Amino acid sequence: MTPAMILLITFTHYPAIQTIINSFFSTARGRRKSVFIGWDNYQTLLQDDVFWKVLINNFWYAVWTIPLSIVLSLAMALWVNDKLKGRGFLRMAYFTPTVLPLIAVANIWLFFYTPGFGLIDQIRGLFGLAEQNWMGSPDTALYAMIAVAIWKEAGFFMIFYLAALQTISPTLREAASIEGASKFYYFHRVLFPLLMPTTLFVSINAVINSFRLVDHIFVMTEGGPNNASSLLLFYIYKVAFDYWDTAYAATLTVVMIALLIFLAIGQFFFFDRRVHYK
Amino acid sequence: MFRPTLTLNYDRVLNTLAAWLLALFWLLPLAYAGWTAFHPAEYETRFVPFAPLTLENFAQAWSEAPFARYFLNTMILVTGILAAQFTLCTLAAFSFARFTFPGRNILFALVLIQLLVMPDILIVENYQTMRRLDLIDTIAAIGLPYVASAFGIFLLRQTFMTIPKELDEAARIEGCSYLGILWRVYIPLAKPTFLAYGLVSVSHHWNNFVWPLIITNSVETRPLTVGLSIFAVTDAGIQWSVINAATLMTSGPLLIAFLLFQRQFVQSFMRAGIK
Repeated sequence: MTPAMILLITFTHYPAIQTIINSFFSTARGRRKSVFIGWDNYQTLLQDDVFWKVLINNFWYAVWTIPLSIVLSLAMALWVNDKLKGRGFLRMAYFTPTVLPLIAVANIWLFFYTPGFGLIDQIRGLFGLAEQNWMGSPDTALYAMIAVAIWKEAGFFMIFYLAALQTISPTLREAASIEGASKFYYFHRVLFPLLMPTTLFVSINAVINSFRLVDHIFVMTEGGPNNASSLLLFYIYKVAFDYWDTAYAATLTVVMIALLIFLAIGQFFFFDRRVHYK
Repeated sequence: MFRPTLTLNYDRVLNTLAAWLLALFWLLPLAYAGWTAFHPAEYETRFVPFAPLTLENFAQAWSEAPFARYFLNTMILVTGILAAQFTLCTLAAFSFARFTFPGRNILFALVLIQLLVMPDILIVENYQTMRRLDLIDTIAAIGLPYVASAFGIFLLRQTFMTIPKELDEAARIEGCSYLGILWRVYIPLAKPTFLAYGLVSVSHHWNNFVWPLIITNSVETRPLTVGLSIFAVTDAGIQWSVINAATLMTSGPLLIAFLLFQRQFVQSFMRAGIK
């Protein structure tokens, strides 16, 4: 276990701490050495319009992807669990996006969104609607990215719900129907509370993904137009490896880790009273 | 009390319909990629039932970029990571599950931090580390940050803890060493977990993109995902059908494996998900 610990420390704890330290230093450029500059990087951050823009984008990205993918994945799991016709096919269809590389499917979605020529516009054309530049317009670019992210992760979350649903005894449902409970009542009062631990687990994963799923942005919009679809991790990548401002990138990383930890702890407290462990 | 059968069927039909619509919508991108990749470029947006089939797009993609090399790199990467993860995570999980030592809980908490603060996020600092180790642009550098996987350690520890202690006491009496017990008792009993974790790991690293993009800059090290992104971006003149052929090609092996072993795949993801 020592080798595992060494690697873990080298690539998780050490960089995490080093990131925090670096965020208080300036970036070494040429002959100029990196020097301690206190909170300067954080000052820059507060005045960086792009940072705020990206943060707000990431906020909307999270606000849309987290609940939508959870609701969809729950619906999928209920359908697949509920012996509908062709459930094998349904399960396959829902889960397929999970095994495809996000970068590869980004290429396909890119084509869907292409103005005029792309599939969505072709369908719109049938109804006589005008062409729309989905990725080129600042109003829709972020939402185009959100759609891809939901499509990608919902099937993955479905698996966790499916696993949980299969542990729930069918006698509960029989009991409920004998008592005359409606389908909705059964779901609302029996199924959903029993699924709470899964919902907590899935939602933490969804939060992490809302920071992490940025692959498609590289291919589809590169954060554009004018940072309209840029997210925090993508911006960190830009700052670190396009502008080579590593100290500032470290500052951004600190903010991101702080947000992640804050949100994860927040979720535990939010769900705490609602989760009933067996 | 009991609703009439008619409404029940109605409800069921509606649900089936919705489920199928969603499924078709979910498959649409893939179906579309399949369509363009197997047909000549003229049929990119014309969906004629009997359009001529062709493999030309695949041949063209294959010849225009070093995909063979990319495939090899990805294979090396994925198997290397898997082998290293199995070894390290098994040993670590075994010691967390079966030995008591001072600071064990703190240490385990430190491991779990990685579930939240993943290597994906620490790209800036990990890049510096790789530079100091002189590992930039190597396949090892792509894999190293992921080898000690908190998820793997956690999953295997949970499985090992369900194995009754009597079994390893019996083995000890028979004169088995700790490593012997691990090898003869624990690993065989945890086989399903290994399978599940292996599938999760392979599909994750096959698809990983940002970190490999940063750390590699030559054909000899680039995995498929990075190779594909370069192929799709550099030549603006390339036709969609060729890009889609390349797209299918890179996801192909994983996709075929998934379709063949669908049941096992889904079940092992499910097993990995139960905590």
